[in-house]
Amino acid sequence: MAERGRQLNLAVGAGIAAAAVVLALTLGTLGAVAWRAEFAARLGPSDWAAVRFTLLQATLSALISVTLAIPVARALARRRFAGRGVLITLLGAPFILPVIVAVLGLLAVFGRAGLLSQFLGWFGFPPFRIYGLHGVVLAHVFFNLPLATRLLLQGWLEIPAERFRLAASLGFSARDVGRELERPMLREVLPGAFVVIFVICTTSFAVVLALGGGPRATTVELAIYQAFRFDFDLGRAALLALVQFAIGAAAAGLALWVQVPQATGGGLDRVAERPEAAGMGHRIADAAWIGLAAAFLLLPLGMIVLRGAPALFSLPPAVQAAALRSVVVALSSAVLVLALALPLAFAVWHLRGRRLAGWLEALGYLSVAASPLVMGTGLFILLYPVADPVALALPVTVVVNAAMSLPFALRALVPAVARVEGRFGPLADSLGMRGLARLRHLHLPRLRRPIGFSAGLAAALSMGDLGVIALFADPEQATLPLQLYRLMAAYRMEDAAGAGLLLLILAVTLFWMFDRGGRVNADT
Amino acid sequence: MRYPIIAAGILAIAGAVQAQEKPELTVYTYDSFVSDWGPGPQVEKAFEEICDCDLKFVGAGDGAALLARLRLEGERTRADVVLGLDTNLTAAAAGTGLFAPHGVEASFDLPVAWDDPLFLPFDWGYFAFVYDRTKVPNPPRNFAELIDSDLSIVIQDPRSSTPGLGLLLWVKSAFGERAPEIWEGLNRRVVTVTKGWSEAYGMFLEGEADMVLSYTTSPAYHLIAEGDDTKAAAAFDEGHYMQVEVAGKVASSDQPELADKFLRFMVSDAFQSIIPTTNWMYPAVVPASGLPDGFETLIQPEKALLYSPEEAQRMRDAALSEWLSAAGN
Repeated sequence: MAERGRQLNLAVGAGIAAAAVVLALTLGTLGAVAWRAEFAARLGPSDWAAVRFTLLQATLSALISVTLAIPVARALARRRFAGRGVLITLLGAPFILPVIVAVLGLLAVFGRAGLLSQFLGWFGFPPFRIYGLHGVVLAHVFFNLPLATRLLLQGWLEIPAERFRLAASLGFSARDVGRELERPMLREVLPGAFVVIFVICTTSFAVVLALGGGPRATTVELAIYQAFRFDFDLGRAALLALVQFAIGAAAAGLALWVQVPQATGGGLDRVAERPEAAGMGHRIADAAWIGLAAAFLLLPLGMIVLRGAPALFSLPPAVQAAALRSVVVALSSAVLVLALALPLAFAVWHLRGRRLAGWLEALGYLSVAASPLVMGTGLFILLYPVADPVALALPVTVVVNAAMSLPFALRALVPAVARVEGRFGPLADSLGMRGLARLRHLHLPRLRRPIGFSAGLAAALSMGDLGVIALFADPEQATLPLQLYRLMAAYRMEDAAGAGLLLLILAVTLFWMFDRGGRVNADT
Repeated sequence: MRYPIIAAGILAIAGAVQAQEKPELTVYTYDSFVSDWGPGPQVEKAFEEICDCDLKFVGAGDGAALLARLRLEGERTRADVVLGLDTNLTAAAAGTGLFAPHGVEASFDLPVAWDDPLFLPFDWGYFAFVYDRTKVPNPPRNFAELIDSDLSIVIQDPRSSTPGLGLLLWVKSAFGERAPEIWEGLNRRVVTVTKGWSEAYGMFLEGEADMVLSYTTSPAYHLIAEGDDTKAAAAFDEGHYMQVEVAGKVASSDQPELADKFLRFMVSDAFQSIIPTTNWMYPAVVPASGLPDGFETLIQPEKALLYSPEEAQRMRDAALSEWLSAAGN
């Protein structure tokens, strides 16, 4: 028993150590920033404009995404068609799609020289202007409409099919079904979906950097970047970082308060019989919504492939080097996120029922509210006296990226560890299986799926990240997303398209490899 | 038996290191200077022929970002020379205490007198709005006409780019108290504000705007390099703000002699003759061969506007917040 106790302490100790790292990365860096701010700097009118713009664009983005998701999710919930499964899988794609690549695709469709403007031109309309608030909101809707659709679709499919049958036998019209069955569900699901998207949009950086079009559209994240990068005004950057953290914390608090639906993805393949919506009008409307949503999602992706393919094999050496660097960063982030998430998940299991477990898990989710740029600024302030932060740009990027994907990893691993230990733990105990043996024979085979998923997600997110690296990267150690942004900034759109396609391929491949690896022989 | 081989290997590596041990001079500059079509490659070749050293250009962002990068690295910086600041930034740069006197004397062909002990000019030009003659038959002759036109323009962010800051000070020096009002009008013409010059100019060439903030010398590029005479700079009767681009020696440099040598080389004919047809600016010291053919077609502003570095620094913050509040609304 004594040995079992030591084992337990080891697991808990490792978990607490991991939690301490996360704490240092989130609140520690924030503390460094607050200490540096010294209240000497003042926020100017343009900083307050950035705060207002941040809230405005996040509200609009969330509102539009959720509103448009209602008819799309309803159509997906009540129609069966070839490719429905593929389409629903694709709704998950924007999550691992590098932001800067999506921007490139959106420019190819909605830019001044893009498809939409050409189309408008045929009818004598002026070209569409993408830069500014509407461009930012457009990009955010592109990213979040699929998420909102998945969340609402989940809500729809959780309405028992029996109720729809009952409604049909009572002769309900589509409007009655909407009032009696759908609206109560939406009332429960919509606020949560809205808040999730709002939170995501408040920390938007790369989209605003590329599509903001100047001071009119500056988020707090972008203002931090500018204060840091152009004015080197650490005091103001620090103050803005505090503002950003307050926004993030308030939004996260809002998310806790409103119940947030979970997009677990299970059971999205059932379609209830819906005789009330069988009429031609409904079918056409549903087809139109699904078609529009699919086009909105797929056209930009298609344009990336189309425009990027010619340049893909003749990319400048600088892009190739950046791609290699990015792969190393992504793999390191994946390893690091597991090194943090696994001990945390084990510790949470060992401490189950105690208050400390709750605290540990909550700590792991803390980085949801933190912003990468705040973390970057804080790490810079901490590192600057002892080392050259520019030389450490890549390791810092690895660490920040890992911290940002930690919540997703925990979400997958904590319940999985509980399941494995709950089912096989007593047996393993009775066999005296401990330490590495237990890890190898009990945990790894059964946790392959969540481990693969977590690592894949971390690698893909890290691959596409354009945040902290933009703060203090040397051009010679640019990652692929930064290199891509630099090509766009130099308006070398052909090379940028090629680099964009390469980045897309790498991010998807990394995710697929890990996720796939986790599924092999894992049918336990 | 293995040891001799290893020893030989180590010796070979040591030998290779020794052979590589040419002194290295690191020059921080803006991105377009080091691009394949910029002056960087030619300058590097020309200087390495005479210096017995390895000249390394590092592109570190545009204008203010270049200076911020240096401040970020402080005395730890690898840079020996910083090339590409302009007079609107030199007061701030001098304030960092990171620069050492250049000690170079030359007879400059600048429209203004030069006596800055820390910074040495290498080229200069006038800011101007560039347009396509075939698309804009009647270009505006001043800011008022531009504001009243229906032309679209692309400008650069003054916080990140030197032309952007130049425009800010152009408006301020030409209109003084009326600057906010001018900006309110100009903003109606602005399609987008880009981070740097390259992006803005690229957008103009792609037809995303009718005019772009650039230099009176930009049309020379199209004329000389592309044989295209459709691009022109609009002459404004308020006068044109000038940009004088400078380089400075970093005080903490571990190659001070080499840095001095580079700065002397910078005002010599070898460097200056590269400038007009790669950086597309006027050379600070006109080389013996004169200006290339085609430069005589460029407009000559009737009035040159330029704040002293101290004035520019004083004006910058006020002008910037005027611009931000005009643009933010």
